[in-house]
This record gives sequence, structure tokens and C-alpha cells, in this order.
Amino acid sequence: MSAYNFAYLDEQTKRMIRRALLKGMAIPGYQVPFASREMPMPYGWGTGGVQVSAAVMVPEDCFKVIDQGADDTTNAVSIRRFFQATAGVAVTEKTAEASVIQTRHRIPERDLRQGQILVYQVPIPEPLRFLEPSEVETRKMHALEEYGLMHVKLYEDIARHGDISTSYAYPVKVEGRYVMDPSPIPKFDNPKLGMAAIQLFGAGREQRIYALPPHTDVVSLDFEDYPFQAGKADHDCDLCGAGSSYLDEVITDDAGGRMFVCSDTDFCRERREAGHVGALGVEAVA
Amino acid sequence: MEQTSDMLTGGFSDAPRQSARAFRAALEAMARPGSTYVLQEMADAPAPVSRAAATLLLVLCDAETPLHLSGVCDTPAIRGWVTFHTGAPLVAAAEAMFVLGDWSSLDLRVLARGTAEYPDRSATVIVDGDFEGVDVSLRGPGIKDVSVTRLPDVVVFQENAAHFPLGLDFYFTRGAKLSALPRSTRVTAGENA
Repeated sequence: MSAYNFAYLDEQTKRMIRRALLKGMAIPGYQVPFASREMPMPYGWGTGGVQVSAAVMVPEDCFKVIDQGADDTTNAVSIRRFFQATAGVAVTEKTAEASVIQTRHRIPERDLRQGQILVYQVPIPEPLRFLEPSEVETRKMHALEEYGLMHVKLYEDIARHGDISTSYAYPVKVEGRYVMDPSPIPKFDNPKLGMAAIQLFGAGREQRIYALPPHTDVVSLDFEDYPFQAGKADHDCDLCGAGSSYLDEVITDDAGGRMFVCSDTDFCRERREAGHVGALGVEAVA
Repeated sequence: MEQTSDMLTGGFSDAPRQSARAFRAALEAMARPGSTYVLQEMADAPAPVSRAAATLLLVLCDAETPLHLSGVCDTPAIRGWVTFHTGAPLVAAAEAMFVLGDWSSLDLRVLARGTAEYPDRSATVIVDGDFEGVDVSLRGPGIKDVSVTRLPDVVVFQENAAHFPLGLDFYFTRGAKLSALPRSTRVTAGENA
């Protein structure tokens, strides 16, 4: 452990990231360019999130990492071990105990509180990128608040499919100013973006950082006659019976067998330990 | 020669950990405008710079961040301390990324407020020491309903917020205490406004 500087990055790099984080915090939803570093993991594995986590981490932190809600996937396990090795911080799988949570594509089911920080791994930070490939143009569009194209995209969804078919990375407007990509979280999670915790977004390959202070006004884009709807699978969790959590569909055999389980593994475990049993679940062994 | 020792001392003894803790407080402060945070382990710059302000300089400034010193904070001893500990180039106010000074000495009109395409290219102002404050109510990102605090002025901060997303971001430091006011905060005079 002593072979590394605290939290891996050198101090000058951390200062650069920290300055970007503060400007991001002061201009909610605006993408601050930063000099993203090579990290000892490939792009797409959370290099942006890791750099943000390294810049905010203190030795007293308790660190949690989730990948699509799960603590036990390769990506989550390796990032957790990375900071155990380089920062010596405590780690946990329990949302309630964590002070810094790095996430790929989910917001935990449990409400986050003041004092906690949620760090998102972001692949493509620019919400307009698939509509306009030029960075020069999209930057101008943000400057001029020219977001008509995004509404055209949502409108075309309706014209083609009958409703807004965008189901993840659903664009939001922050404090009535910047349109922001909330990272590829399911739109089920969008209503939680106004939470009490600090939210930080890091895109390593794209070299952008952005942020949401607590209690920020975050509105999912929609139309008066097609209001935003946060959808989920119309089912209860088969393990813990939860009816309000976001579900993963798991194929269980080659004969069409399937089950729905909470995507948030810590939420599901907590419920099962409290005695809740779903349709396909078994009683938790105490 | 006493000044020389002032210049060379007062840094962090364990920079990675101490600056991490101090930054965390600075981040929380910027995320919750008007809330006051008390720093624990601090740097120590020559008087009259507060320990909180000295700590902010060590956490945020380096050779890449042009710094402007203003008013009582612009002394040879402080210049020497800043240069030795951070390497930040000392510049005129208009070129500064960071500004440190007492409230009455600051000329905010000349500072960088960012551009429409890069609003982050704006100055962060560290207002150090006491000021004659007025009671204000704050609303905006980071504040649940309304937050009450004291600021050295009202109109200045209203104008700053009116230019959002352009604008200046402020830290207020006194002793070990730290609070912040980003450009996104809407300020009204009075406690119950």
C-alpha cells in the first residue's frame, strides 16, 4: 500500500480534478473538461468514476461500488479492491454504511442522505452526441440553450412507437438550464436525481466531469400530452417479493423459464434477511 | 529573517491525506451554499491570512492556477509563502483563476466570469476575514428550501447569480471556518424574504 500515493493519483492530478469538481458543482449539469489520466483499467470500465472517487476520497471513507446495482460483479469487485489497495479505505456492500458509492448505471434503491457521495461512471456525457456528432456544435448548442433537437428526438419516438421509447440515459434538464445525460441509468431512477446526497459524474475517455448538488431541480424532458413515466418490469422480485424496486430479468433455463430479481443486490439481501420471501425465493437461513 | 521562516513553514505534513480531508469540506461547502464547515488540519500562512484560506490555497492552487492577491493579503510575506508552497503564478486580477483578499479590497468587476461556451473558465474568489454582513436568504441548488446566512453585500451577489451560467464562485473563510456561495445561488435580503 505504501508504494502508492494515497488513492493512487498524484497530488497535482487530484488538484486538477478537484478544481473541475468545484466548477461542476457551481454550474449544475454543465460538463467541465478535465485532463483525464490513463488508469490501470480499460476505458469503459469506469476510469472517469475512478478518478472522481480518487479525488474526493478521504482515509475515513467507507467505499461501495455497484455495477447495474450489484456489488459482486467483476467491475465492482475490481474497483473496490483497487481502492482497498491504493487508499486503504474500508469497503462495504451496504448502502446505508457507505460514504462514497461509485456506480455504473444504477441509483441504489435506498434513499441516500446528506454526507454521502454518489459517483457515476459515464460512457458518453454529451446528451446531444448521437444527434450531433460535432463537439464544436454541441458546445454551441449548450451555450445557446438550443435543445430543440432533443425534443425532436423524443417526438420521433412517439411518432414511431406510440410513446417515448427511450428507457435509459433519459435526458434531464437541470435547474431549467442545462440538458444533461444522467449516465445510462434506467429512467426508473430519474426521479431520484434530486436526492440529498452529492452526485458526481466522471467520463474518463470523454474527459468530462459534471455534478449535481443536493436537492437540485432535475426534470426529465417530456411533453404535456406525453408526460414522463418512470417504468419498470410489471412484476415483483421473485427472491424478496419487493414490488417497487427495479428488476433484472434472468433466464433460468432453455425452455422459457425466467425470473425477475432486484437489480440492487444489497436492497434484496436486506429484505430477505428481514424475512421477506418472493414467489421463487426460499426462506433466508438465519 | 523571521519572515523567511514564515514563508517556508505552515504547509501540510501529510499532504495527500490532509488535502483530501480539506477538499472534502470544500466540496461539501460548495454543494451546500451558506452552510459553514470547520476545518480540522490546516495550513498556516503569514498573517492576516486565515488558516482556512491558507488551506484552500494549498488544496486547490499550483503552477497551473494564476492567483491574484488583494488588499491585506498582498504582502511580501504572503507572496513568498504562496510561491514557495504552491508555485502559483501571481497575476493581475483580470487574469486570475483564484483570488484571495479581504472583502473591501476586492474589485469583482474585472474578474473572469467564463464564456458562454466555457462558463467554468471563471475566477474563484476566497473572501478572507471579517466583513460587515447583512442577513440574507439563499435559494437554489444544494439548498433544500431556504438557507439563512450573512453576506457582505446583496446586490453584488444578485447580479452575479443573474448572469448564470456565467459568474464568480465564492468561498468565505474566517479562522478555521469555511462556507461557499456559487453563482447558482439566488440571494434575497432579509431572513424571511
